[in-house]
Amino acid sequence: MQLRTKRISRSPGGDAFIFTLLFMGAAFMALPMFFVISNAFKPLNELFLFPPKLFVRNPTLNNFKDLFVLISSSWIPFSRYVFNTLFITTAGTLGHVILASMAAYALAKHKFPGSKLIFTTVVLSLMFAPEVTAIPNYLTMSALGWIDTYAAVIVPAWAASLGLFLMKQFMDQMVPDTLLEAAKIDGAHEFTIFWKIVMPIVRPAWLTLIILSFQGLWQSTGGNFIYSEELKTLPYALNQIAQGGIARAGVAAAVALLMMIVPVTVFVINQASVVETMGTSGMKE
Amino acid sequence: MKTKLAHLWSEVKRNKISYVFVGPFTILFFIFTVLPVLISIGLSFTNYNMLQKPMFVGWANFVKLFFSDDVFLIAVKNTFLFAAITGPLSYFACLIFAWFINELKPKLRAVLTLLFYAPSISGNVFLIWTIIFSGDAYGYVNGFLLYWGIIKEPIQWFLDPKYMLPVTMIVILWMSLGTSFLVFIAGLQGIDRSLYEAGAIDGIRNRWQELWFLTLPAMRPQLMFGAIMSITSSFAVGHQVVQLVGFPSTDYAGHTVITHLMDYGNIRFEMGYAAAIATSLFVTMVVTQQIVQGLLRKIG
Repeated sequence: MQLRTKRISRSPGGDAFIFTLLFMGAAFMALPMFFVISNAFKPLNELFLFPPKLFVRNPTLNNFKDLFVLISSSWIPFSRYVFNTLFITTAGTLGHVILASMAAYALAKHKFPGSKLIFTTVVLSLMFAPEVTAIPNYLTMSALGWIDTYAAVIVPAWAASLGLFLMKQFMDQMVPDTLLEAAKIDGAHEFTIFWKIVMPIVRPAWLTLIILSFQGLWQSTGGNFIYSEELKTLPYALNQIAQGGIARAGVAAAVALLMMIVPVTVFVINQASVVETMGTSGMKE
Repeated sequence: MKTKLAHLWSEVKRNKISYVFVGPFTILFFIFTVLPVLISIGLSFTNYNMLQKPMFVGWANFVKLFFSDDVFLIAVKNTFLFAAITGPLSYFACLIFAWFINELKPKLRAVLTLLFYAPSISGNVFLIWTIIFSGDAYGYVNGFLLYWGIIKEPIQWFLDPKYMLPVTMIVILWMSLGTSFLVFIAGLQGIDRSLYEAGAIDGIRNRWQELWFLTLPAMRPQLMFGAIMSITSSFAVGHQVVQLVGFPSTDYAGHTVITHLMDYGNIRFEMGYAAAIATSLFVTMVVTQQIVQGLLRKIG
């Protein structure tokens, strides 16, 4: 079977070297993921064996059943945690895609005073981690009165700079100016152009923004901002259950698998769009 | 001057609609990203405990930080170790594996892309490494080393200062093939095939020459963007380390600037001092970015 596409300037020795390295890399990446899956189906006695067994012998669904029992006995109805995470994720992602696309459209296709300054600041903000602004952000939230509300998690996610950057780069390269000019001559309003012409063309980019935003919010525990139990998120609740010590090792494995499935599935469905978007992300010198 | 301002104002009025488009995002971006940086810089020159008003203290926080805070110096050393080892390693791993994967048939390419990318989007799944490197005999690594008689008693991988950093680096590396990796995959797929045909005629003889003279220069924009993402995350190592080695780690052997920041910000509420830590990290990140961008311009 031929595994790779035919190219000139390839030697068999080089191929062997590359495939060995690729195989080692793939094994390093894949093994822990297999352990996660395998552990989720291990009965408790198999989790504590010496010497440890890498793969499950007698697969069981007990870990998931135990998890279900713990879920149904939680102090706050578990559906509340699910709702909180779904609400935060949906509202945060939707707002982000709309606001970032609107801003990206103006920055990519309009010339106006201040546009360069805005974009340069956005690029600069990619150069440091959000951790450095954690303390002032807390002060801002408390000044706004948003501590212990959904808004503290949702609204900052709307203005994530990576999304604006990717969207603007994509529009720069993928939306032809002539098309927009033709629409303007026909008398189309800017909002019509944006919604009816630009947004359909940049579908891969907004799918990418959805995925990036989703991944961040899906895993959000509410951080320093959310204290009330009834506003806590799904990852928080599942982590609490998983941290019940040795006896919960099996349940913890089931939780790890469940939390992993959703973002990975979302990515698999949209992989082609994401790759297309990332292709236009390059920095100009 | 006056006519210039009048001209600017008429330009602004003429482009009203553009400001409607950028306005909502820009205002929120200013409140939640730009303003916090400015506040952080301002607070770093004060004493502030969140109860009383901030008190201006000049450079005192920075002087204390760099000249008398021994734990901070450990944190700086560890953060630079992460930035200098896992940062470049992760960047080159992203590039090399993206390059290998790009040679494969589309289906296999999609599967391997997912395989390499998945750990970076799977959240807490990296905690599986606490089982792999668990300190008791049930940990996979200890189990096998004991079974084969290589060690006599289990090694406390995440507690022993000797092993803590290297083991943590392995985990960080495992989950670091994220945005940069996808950017490189995409960049490689976007390169025009005819470039290679022309290269073959011009005397490119093997894949290494092809990589250096054709591929890398053609994907320089992606290389630069990938570098930004890699540097940012390599300096921001902290939260994952805490979940692996605990807080504080034995002898502060796994202490980073971010954990130091969490210590003073979230636990001791010495906000002025914490802001000085944050500001130092901010400046370090941005300066490093500029240096690396300069280096990448020289490729090819």
